[in-house]
Amino acid sequence: MPERNDIERFFDPKIVAFFCNWCTYTAADLAGTARMTYAPNVRVIRIMCSGRLDPQFVLSAFREGADGILIGGCHPGDCHYQEGNYQALRRFILLKRLIHAFGIEKERIRLEWIAASEGDKVQRVINEMTETVRRLGPLDLEPITKKVIDYMSVTHHEMVSISHRGSS
Amino acid sequence: MSTVGTGSNDKCKIGVYVCHCGINISSKVDVSKTVRFAAKLPHVTVSREYKFMCADPGQDLIQQDIRDGRINRAVVASCSPLMHEPTFRNTMAEAGGNPFLFQMANIREHVSWVTLDNTAATEKAMSLISAAVERVVFHQPLMPNRVPVHPDVLVVGGGIAGIHAALTLADAGQKVYLVEREPSIGGHMAKFDKTFPTLDCSACILTPKMSAVRAHSNITLWSYSEVIGVDGFVGNFKVRVRRKPRYIIEERCVGCLDCIEACIYKSGKVPDEFNEGLVKRKPVYIPFPQATPLVAVIDAKTCIGIRTGKCKMTCIDACERDAIDLNQSEEINEIEVGAIILATGFKTFNAKRIYRYGYGKYSNIYTSLELERMVNAAGPTGGEITLKNGQKPKAVGIVHCVGSRDNKTNKYCSKVCCMYSLKLAHLIKERTGAEVYNFYIDMRTPGKGYEEFYDRLLEENVHFIRGRVAEITDWVMTPEEEGKLVIRAEDTLVGVVRRVPVDMVVLSVGLEPQPDAEDVGRLFNISCTREGWFLERHPKLAPVSTFTDGIFLAGACQGPKDIPDSVAQAGAAAAEALALIDRGYVVLEPNTAYVQDELCSGCKTCIDLCPYGAISFDDEKDTAKVNGALCKGCGTCVASCPSGSLQQYLFTDDQIFSEIKGVILYA
Amino acid sequence: MKKPKVGFYWCASCGGCEEAVLDLAEDILGVVAAIELVFWPVALDFKRSDVEAMDDGEIAVCFVNGAIRTSEQNEMVKLLRKKSQLIAAFGSCAQLGGIPGLANMFNREEMIKEVYLRSPSVNNDAEITPKEDIQVNEGNLILPALWDTVKALDHVIDVDYFLPGCPPPVNLIEDVFNMIVEGELPPKRTVLAPDVALCDECERREKKPDKLTLKEFKSPFEINIDPQECLLAQGLLCLGPVTRKGCGGACIKANMPCTGCMGPTGRVRDFGAKALTAIATSIDSKDEKEINAIVDSILDPVGTLYRYSLPASFLHRHYEKMLIGGSK
Repeated sequence: MPERNDIERFFDPKIVAFFCNWCTYTAADLAGTARMTYAPNVRVIRIMCSGRLDPQFVLSAFREGADGILIGGCHPGDCHYQEGNYQALRRFILLKRLIHAFGIEKERIRLEWIAASEGDKVQRVINEMTETVRRLGPLDLEPITKKVIDYMSVTHHEMVSISHRGSS
Repeated sequence: MSTVGTGSNDKCKIGVYVCHCGINISSKVDVSKTVRFAAKLPHVTVSREYKFMCADPGQDLIQQDIRDGRINRAVVASCSPLMHEPTFRNTMAEAGGNPFLFQMANIREHVSWVTLDNTAATEKAMSLISAAVERVVFHQPLMPNRVPVHPDVLVVGGGIAGIHAALTLADAGQKVYLVEREPSIGGHMAKFDKTFPTLDCSACILTPKMSAVRAHSNITLWSYSEVIGVDGFVGNFKVRVRRKPRYIIEERCVGCLDCIEACIYKSGKVPDEFNEGLVKRKPVYIPFPQATPLVAVIDAKTCIGIRTGKCKMTCIDACERDAIDLNQSEEINEIEVGAIILATGFKTFNAKRIYRYGYGKYSNIYTSLELERMVNAAGPTGGEITLKNGQKPKAVGIVHCVGSRDNKTNKYCSKVCCMYSLKLAHLIKERTGAEVYNFYIDMRTPGKGYEEFYDRLLEENVHFIRGRVAEITDWVMTPEEEGKLVIRAEDTLVGVVRRVPVDMVVLSVGLEPQPDAEDVGRLFNISCTREGWFLERHPKLAPVSTFTDGIFLAGACQGPKDIPDSVAQAGAAAAEALALIDRGYVVLEPNTAYVQDELCSGCKTCIDLCPYGAISFDDEKDTAKVNGALCKGCGTCVASCPSGSLQQYLFTDDQIFSEIKGVILYA
Repeated sequence: MKKPKVGFYWCASCGGCEEAVLDLAEDILGVVAAIELVFWPVALDFKRSDVEAMDDGEIAVCFVNGAIRTSEQNEMVKLLRKKSQLIAAFGSCAQLGGIPGLANMFNREEMIKEVYLRSPSVNNDAEITPKEDIQVNEGNLILPALWDTVKALDHVIDVDYFLPGCPPPVNLIEDVFNMIVEGELPPKRTVLAPDVALCDECERREKKPDKLTLKEFKSPFEINIDPQECLLAQGLLCLGPVTRKGCGGACIKANMPCTGCMGPTGRVRDFGAKALTAIATSIDSKDEKEINAIVDSILDPVGTLYRYSLPASFLHRHYEKMLIGGSK
């Protein structure tokens, strides 16, 4: 078994971030404009509001191979859409419980409120998150057979259903 | 909102274009490698690189590929979509493609500018490109939504910025609502005596503009009023304005002052806000002689008649025009406007926060704004600069950067203090002949004629001591200091600690955001910087726009600014508003939610989630329905739909799932 | 016309699916008359060798119920796949992993210990646990290997149709037999139930308020359930909004909340995640502490959200870092 330290040293975690368009994504742009360098492990996916974050996205990212998930939204009370971030908060709390019940470390998902002006917070949070996940090590979910992935995609696009609508 | 066909019949042919952005990207990201990588991704038929994709030749690459039938979807890997997504969507449309069969990968702000290691940067760029490629496969051809723009404009704040913006728009023929919280417009500028560096009289240049506002048929001026609600979106805002009761019927009052004369208080009882509390005013008052509108106002907190009803109400008898109505109540007006300009200004730093400067503890220590009133011919002393004992000061110290460039208070430079301190130094010297000592950290005088003004002050023998003031004290050490205020500071040019005895101290207080700036920001759905200044859309290229379309910024609410800058920005904001109105329509991002009717079970989970009331329950079909005109595209309802029957254009589940897959799979 | 050959097989299941076929009552006579039953171990004496002897594709349709969790089940369904033109996953367990799939929250060793050693009703001083290969006087006894991870049917073979439900509702079963007999089969990969959530056929929908403001979630035994009001509005975790309809709301008619046996609609990839989001929406709080307290009242999140679909979910099973491999 390799030394724990070796794993930490060589393990480059993959982290998927979901940033809201108005606050956190803008803040990440600001961090760029200000040339605030940070760990390269986080890949940002832009959504209009943290309220768009379907918990399926988080679980799917874990399934696809992410070691950690970062969610960024506007500060409470500052949501561009008034309340979307509270919706995100409720889902996040439940989701955190759920993944914990699955035996996945809670630290692998993180929700941060980052305002459009807080480029430095993007830098700090991404660096912290990367280190946290690096310490936790790879998630290494048991590989689902290729079949299941097919099934997932097929469910959506090709599974047809008989419509009993109206007959009920 | 409608989709054009399904797009699914066309074979998906994706063009990937990676931008060097000069060397902004290519110095970190191995662009050629990403291009070779992209060429192998599914459905990619063309993969190219170019120095500047946003330049015409770059856009031509995309257009040529579309026209030649090589691609029908495009991914541009360059800067932030918040920067150039509209550019490239237009590129697509101009060549006959659908603008929404396009996706950007942000490999500048999110990669090259923030990553130290070149290999890591290249890998990150590749994963973002693959995510965009995976995503664009699921993009649907969409038609942007055009909505007409209401031609009226709301300007919030009646300082010089708001006044200038309102006049510019009104002169262009637009109907403008100018809402001001105070009883009169004029803002800070109305309080000044002279303006730097030209020393022209502030009132002389401002008053005509204030009169013009009052007289302009296109301007509705609501003073003593506040915006309390904003609904709608660009081009179609619905605004609620609360008009506070001034207990004077505005249409009847002619500003004759009879009521003020007749008030049972024979002298002032309340600190006069306009004069920075240097004198007192009566409960019924007109803030200053040039007030616009020239209408009295009764302060309900201090008027005995309103508070207790037990007053002789001599004012009512005195008014020949029956303009006084002590039972007046507030009025809520609802207006519709197409654009909003925020010009809510600033407040000055509270000098009491720096205890060691003795403000409020020793007499003869004034803030710069108090001194502005003192040197003003219309001010409480008639323009005389005097000590509390009535004598003229023989030595005056001006302390710069009070509440600016200070880690304990505000880190930023307030930008105007050096110049107004020079102006005040000049006026003090001129009016009193006193020795004037400026204590400064750095003299910052960039601007037309500003450095020349500084030179002039040096020639006028005003003293400049480079050093931050440590303390102001009445603790004297020598007979010469007796009865004086002693300013202690390190003279960093000479390297000694100085004690300078003076009769009067002026604290050049910095500029701060309005205390309720955050609330106002929320009201208008715009962001603030950490300090509380309103956040512009782009610091350089969109300095008067905000992240909320149709809301523009003017003046010091966006950051410390002097008069010329405020006016210039107000003009710019007015021009932006005009451009919007003149076009007559806005193109809304077609990212609205939609219900897949036949699949919705009518579970109502989404119904109450929408803050804009865009979702309702269709009682006939027993399903949810989305009103696309009201939907603002947050997608919260979409994520909440338990059966996946709600989707959001541009952010469908498929698109996001494939983006997730792409971002991880190839990284 | 030749009668289509039909087979039934069961894997990790409770037998309820077989009962459901019998629930066709007298209609079953018609079915039996119209088809030729060639394999149904629970009802008739067929052997594996009978199937092995068939030609490939000889069976027109084979219905498989139950999840896959042993090497033997895996072999059998692969054999049946070969011998059948069409395979239909019959019931939640075959479709999504079902109740047996909840075993994925534990590992095999723990489970065996629990069942054979620790369970209060067990007296096993010799600590005998099942072994795959055991030496007895008569020779070697080989038992099928029990997998660490329970799988849904289409994790191991291609599946043509899915018939959801625990067990599948009788009317849906009837429809399927009719389709087979008439040869009018829908496109492959079809879930043979309407693709709309249960609220659509729920009699209580009208009573559901536009906004749920829940401060606590309750279990059915904790309250007197109102027989008319929306169950969610009463604080019960009814999964009707997430679950496919087709059952006619049988549980709800019996005044019990929907637990989701019909699985998700075709647009949903992870049933539990969507159930989670529906539940989160009904929480009436913006305060982190309070939300946490409300969420505390959901006693078994995984068992509640993934009662029938754990193996087919994104996370698929309990995550154990040191666990080497899963099944094999």
